[in-house]
Amino acid sequence: MTIPVASAVTVSVIIIGAFTLASFNTTRALNVGGSDDFIIKIRGLQWWWDVEYPGSSPEQRFQTANEIHIPVGRNVRFQLEGIDVIHSFWVPSLAGKQDLIPGRPNELSVRAERPGVYRGQCAEFCGMQHAHMAFFVIADEPSVFEQWLRAQRALAAPSSDAEVLAGQQVFLSKSCAACHMIRGTSATGTTGPDLTHVGGRQYIAAGLLETTRGSLAAWIADPQTLKPGNNMPMVPLSSEELRSVSAYLASLK
Amino acid sequence: MMDDAKSKDQRDSDFDRPALEAGLASIWKTPAGLWGALATVDHKIIGQRYIVTAFAFLALGGVLAVLIRIQLAQPEARLLGPDRYNQIFTMHGTNMMFLFAVPVMEAMAVYLIPLMVGTRNIAFPRLNAFSYWMFLAGGALLWIAFALDMGPDVGWFAYVPLSGPQYAAGKRADMWAQMITFTEVSALAVSVEIVVTIFKQRAPGMSLDRIPLFVWSMLVTSFVVILAMPAIMIASTSLILDRLIGTHFFNPAEGGDVLLWQHLFWFFGHPEVYIIFLPAVGMVSTLVATFARRPVFGYLALVMALIATAVLAFGLWVHHMFVTGLPRLGESFFTASSMAIAIPAGVQIFCWLATLWDGKPVFKTPLLFVIGFMFTFVIGGLSGVMVASVPFDTQVHDTYFVVAHFHYVLIGGAVFPLLGAVYYWFPKITGRMMSERLGRWSFWLIFVGFNLTFFPMHILGLQGMPRRIYTYQPDMPWHGLNLFVSGCALILTAGFLVFFVDAIRSARRGEPAGDNPWDAPTLEWATSSPPPSYNFPFIPVVEGSNPLWEQRETLAVGGGMRVDRRELIITTVGAAEAEAREASPRNSIWPFWTAIATSVMLIWSIFSPWAVVWGSIPVAIALIGWFWPEGTPEDDS
Amino acid sequence: MRERVVADFSGLPPHGMHTASPTWWGTLAFMLIEGTGFALAIAVYLYLMSLATTWPINSPRPNLLPGTLVTLVLVGSVVPNYLISRWAEQQDLPKVQFGIIVMSLLGIVPLIIRFFEFPALNVNWDSNAYGSIVWTLLGLHTTHIITDLVDTLVLAVLMFTRHGDNPRRFGDVQDNAMYWNFVVLAWLPIYGCVYWIPQL
Repeated sequence: MTIPVASAVTVSVIIIGAFTLASFNTTRALNVGGSDDFIIKIRGLQWWWDVEYPGSSPEQRFQTANEIHIPVGRNVRFQLEGIDVIHSFWVPSLAGKQDLIPGRPNELSVRAERPGVYRGQCAEFCGMQHAHMAFFVIADEPSVFEQWLRAQRALAAPSSDAEVLAGQQVFLSKSCAACHMIRGTSATGTTGPDLTHVGGRQYIAAGLLETTRGSLAAWIADPQTLKPGNNMPMVPLSSEELRSVSAYLASLK
Repeated sequence: MMDDAKSKDQRDSDFDRPALEAGLASIWKTPAGLWGALATVDHKIIGQRYIVTAFAFLALGGVLAVLIRIQLAQPEARLLGPDRYNQIFTMHGTNMMFLFAVPVMEAMAVYLIPLMVGTRNIAFPRLNAFSYWMFLAGGALLWIAFALDMGPDVGWFAYVPLSGPQYAAGKRADMWAQMITFTEVSALAVSVEIVVTIFKQRAPGMSLDRIPLFVWSMLVTSFVVILAMPAIMIASTSLILDRLIGTHFFNPAEGGDVLLWQHLFWFFGHPEVYIIFLPAVGMVSTLVATFARRPVFGYLALVMALIATAVLAFGLWVHHMFVTGLPRLGESFFTASSMAIAIPAGVQIFCWLATLWDGKPVFKTPLLFVIGFMFTFVIGGLSGVMVASVPFDTQVHDTYFVVAHFHYVLIGGAVFPLLGAVYYWFPKITGRMMSERLGRWSFWLIFVGFNLTFFPMHILGLQGMPRRIYTYQPDMPWHGLNLFVSGCALILTAGFLVFFVDAIRSARRGEPAGDNPWDAPTLEWATSSPPPSYNFPFIPVVEGSNPLWEQRETLAVGGGMRVDRRELIITTVGAAEAEAREASPRNSIWPFWTAIATSVMLIWSIFSPWAVVWGSIPVAIALIGWFWPEGTPEDDS
Repeated sequence: MRERVVADFSGLPPHGMHTASPTWWGTLAFMLIEGTGFALAIAVYLYLMSLATTWPINSPRPNLLPGTLVTLVLVGSVVPNYLISRWAEQQDLPKVQFGIIVMSLLGIVPLIIRFFEFPALNVNWDSNAYGSIVWTLLGLHTTHIITDLVDTLVLAVLMFTRHGDNPRRFGDVQDNAMYWNFVVLAWLPIYGCVYWIPQL
């Protein structure tokens, strides 16, 4: 039996060697990235994604959360920063994953060839609500992308609707502003997601609920039932306050 | 005190057979009752305890798995909330790896190795007793913590910072870290005993090239334990220090490093799976030989493959860290080593296939499990070669693809051989056969149930389902397969139930086995089933690698040993030439007290660092009691 | 199975020394385990150092005096250690009794100096990662000195009892001496790391 066994071992060695070489070649080929990359900074926190667009000058800088727009056909370099525990940034349809590790900045380069909505989810166990830490990468044609950038850079537009204005009052007088920022108002909290254009995002609470006025109200009414253990406390509001503040947030497109 | 009164001591040649057996029994036996149970140093009693306890942990871990599968059968299910689920999946992994998989392999070795090498007891028998109590205490600590809602909830791998002082409140993570100390002390102790037993207590004539392959696999495994476990001891101790007294090993703000944990953990963690797998390889070699009715093909190649696997196992650990942002060039080295370790595994499979091809296979239950192992482990190995590739792994890391992979290699590679080994050695341990009919039922239920449950998980991973999530949303395309998987898990569960029922029933009412029901070649089958307390009335002398096939009528033995003290033969490492008639310790209650004192110290230290100071005093007292000579004949020299 | 007697073990000694003694092998195995632990701790030190911008982190260098004194005492103790091992080989009870008292004292002296060595590190275990690892390295080694000392003291008492004049005890003395050599040897790379690497 020596010859059959030796032949089988030799064939295995050749196959394993071939796989190893193929793996090396693929690793090299996947290395996109260069100086013309579009830079986006991602910070992972329990259990949401802070997204910063630095732009090429300080006036261009803005922050958003959980929804990332990128231009089609251009290399995008995500700069990944861990803040609390390890998270992992993974958009399966666009690229492999990369961890966000406190103390160790990482980078991930992607390039979308087609416009579309690409779902991502945290892929490193990060505690209680790891299961509900999704995000969306939306690839836009360059012109649509430029439009989106301009809209995001803008401050929250003042409204003339009475209910929306009442909602803004609720937002600013209750504890919301302690954690959340709405640029153009006196709300400058940074512990929680930036809400300047939250009404225009497709989902809230890191992919948990589609953004509607109703879901915003549900979320604010009791975050702990929908996403137990998350860091947003329940802020007691009367039903009228809840109605108006959800109208306000839904209007922030 | 030199042996000045040779005429005073009693030698085996002074007695006829019944009187010899009675004399040996009176010296070697474990008395009935509580003191006997607590003070025994008989490797067979301790080994059986170990095996039963490890299987009890398997059953508990299986219950956790069923809960996980029920929760995941539906999207946004409400059976388990996130906190309970996170404790359950942490407990499932921790329990299976630390309280079942490693201990059960050690346990089989504790029972079988002394019999297979032809000696009367394991080396350091009191340490053996101590190590069982430490194992039991560690398991009790973990499960009692879980029952009190203080179970660890940070994953079996407990990555920092999630498990560190800032993000893991309370004592949950400390329970995990200290349980590690218990089980590592236990495993290290057993490994030392196994190495010394195999090196120094083999039957005269059992040179290195005549050692049974299971013994080789346990020798190699024990060295892997000795070299790998210090890494997790350092890791878990550093974690406890960070949490308890404010050190900064893993705190990047003060010069520590988050990845340091991963390096230390996986430097242990990768060899750990080979600590589980290599004993199973030894079991497969044993079963293949007996049920192919011929010595295994390629003895030297199989030994070399064991050693190569063990060495390579230390060079793979970074493949668990491919997405942490380490330099790609360095990561590629670990791709190469992770692929390379498939080669010795391939050598082993081809040698076993050659043995079966060239032999006259007897398709009893143990052989069925071996064939199931080959099918399942090879699939697991193939998915392993896939995840060894960095680009592929960046997609499937931390998804259900990996869950599928490691269950294929662990259940396929370790549990199948273990179940076959239980069917095989059960008659030797209990004196009764298990049921061939129930054995076939359990094999097919487990084999079919396992593949139906775990194969779809490869697909779920490729569909983007991450690991360690307590639920998933209805708009994900994962519901159908998860429901299917959960249903098939019941088939797998049924198979295990049949196995447990068979084992429990057969222990009382199985068919009497006789000394050698399988007509197997190794020394443990030369003595009665179950063996007497002294294993062999005369120490065997070995003249080949398959003693019972080479000497079918009579067994060559040596005489001239004392009957009034516990004696065994020490031989040289290479050629196994007899050097001494060494004494073997009597039953002693000190290992039990030492385990109690050590457990108190370790559990106390979860809450206060001073426990290490004050708690070590009772430990020292117990150890002094342990080692103080008693003036028995065993102290003669 | 029926047996046929082909060997006679009655002439074999009832206890083996050195490689024929299980406890000698057990001591060796324990050295391997602890040695691996020390090696890993040193690897952690070097790893953390490779990540730091300055080393030591935010602290003055350790004071060389107590550590060097400990090193001198430990290295010097190798001589009486070697002698006691030889006397035990010769099974010379009075010399071994004398030697074990000397080794007991030589185990206590470094512990006293070490009490001053910890604060001489000029950093606390909870100041930063550098402080954590140097305290841990020192602490690990101190634990080994303490356990070996207790072992030596127990043996010292035993050598003065009726159990003393027994080849097993002489074997225990030799195993204990072998382990002390390990304790001294393991200290040298730790000393180099903790005291001399920061000087570079």
